[in-house]
Amino acid sequence: MSATRAIAWACSRDLVLALRSKSELALIVVFFVLVISLFPLGVSPDPKLLERIAAGIAWVAALLATLLALPRLFALDHADGTLEQLVIAPAALPALVAGKVFAHWLTNGLPLVLLAPVAGVQFGMQPPAIGVLTIALLLGTPTLSWLGAIGAALTVGTRSGSALLALLVLPLAVPVLIFGAGAAEATASGLGAEAHLSLLGAGLILTSVLGPFATAAAVRIAYE
Amino acid sequence: MAGIHWFKYSAPANFYPLAGRMIPWFGTAAAILTVIGLYIGFFVAPTDYQQGEAYRIIYIHVPAAWMAMFAYLVMAGWCAVSLIWNTRLAAMMAQALAPTGAMFAFVSLWTGAFWGRPTWGAYWVWDARLTSTLILLFLYLGYIALRAAIDDPRRADRASALLALVGAINVPIIYFSVKWWNTLHQGASVSMTSSPKMAQAMLASMLILAFAAWFYTIAVSLSRVRSIILMREAHADWAQQVAKESAK
Repeated sequence: MSATRAIAWACSRDLVLALRSKSELALIVVFFVLVISLFPLGVSPDPKLLERIAAGIAWVAALLATLLALPRLFALDHADGTLEQLVIAPAALPALVAGKVFAHWLTNGLPLVLLAPVAGVQFGMQPPAIGVLTIALLLGTPTLSWLGAIGAALTVGTRSGSALLALLVLPLAVPVLIFGAGAAEATASGLGAEAHLSLLGAGLILTSVLGPFATAAAVRIAYE
Repeated sequence: MAGIHWFKYSAPANFYPLAGRMIPWFGTAAAILTVIGLYIGFFVAPTDYQQGEAYRIIYIHVPAAWMAMFAYLVMAGWCAVSLIWNTRLAAMMAQALAPTGAMFAFVSLWTGAFWGRPTWGAYWVWDARLTSTLILLFLYLGYIALRAAIDDPRRADRASALLALVGAINVPIIYFSVKWWNTLHQGASVSMTSSPKMAQAMLASMLILAFAAWFYTIAVSLSRVRSIILMREAHADWAQQVAKESAK
């Protein structure tokens, strides 16, 4: 099987599976909105303060929502033996893994990107900053998915909980958080967001190239 | 030199006695250098004209911070060796280094807080160095926690090695992102890089203590790797004999 076909096959399989449990998908979206809505209650309803911290809140919520969805990436396939079949399948494992991660991003990352403008409006952000926040999330959430995929693959079948996954993934995601939240702030302060967005794009390229191989290696380690 | 078979010592059974012979040397060197370095730092080095006596905490703080960073690189190096050549001893060395590296990261944060209170007026500021050291501590803790979560030692070796390598690629990215993040917000209230030129005695004390931290790390990780070797080779005859002899 060629690499492109392997990616397409793994992606469409995971999409079908995800769409058959729509309520779980909706839960991630609800979680994202819920976390965002907690901040004004916990911090202050002052519109000026909220506008300043809106991008950071959206990013932290996106990080947590990504983290929450990660166990679904490999754990179910590991439980019913599908993952083992993928490892011994006559197709390149990095390609299969790439398809799975892409499907995971389409179902868990993309909804957050689409919801970002709503969050921006909710916090009184200016339209240009909202646009930059959305673009930054579009570039940053696939990177988060790849970092998370490595962590999820390393912890497949271990007796650790999601707390370990958070400890593994969150420190690695710090640069994405900094550049992602910084992009919207740079726009709001008139500096322009090109530098931040370029760095996010560079991170996306780096993780998209190295991620499939690192994740595939991590999955193989689990079955040796 | 050509007469020594270095690869002989990549076998845990041969490395165990070698490590045992090296520990006293490195341990003694660490102790002597610590005493000399602290003596110079506390009795010979002059008082800083800006920071008073409080600055003397850097003699612990700076070597600890250097060691925390360097130990991660060495650990990632051992992890790479263990993944590439599939050697058990390299993975054991990485496993032995992690707690010491985490300890030094914690010590540098803790002493930094005590230095920051009189100097900056706050125990903690979101300075780039502080933040990246904190993240480094989390990377260590993640490595240790992942090892602890996997029962099969060989799988734990490889999984944690992969994590350490991903972390090592990310460490410079984290460091520079945190640095840019902070400079974008505001300059640090006190900059370490533009501090007045250091007196000779201060620098000497700091360097001596940095070497002491190195030798301490080597001695402690060798001692730890001996325990790890015994635990993991418990099925082997030589390990059982060693355990019996030490029990006498």
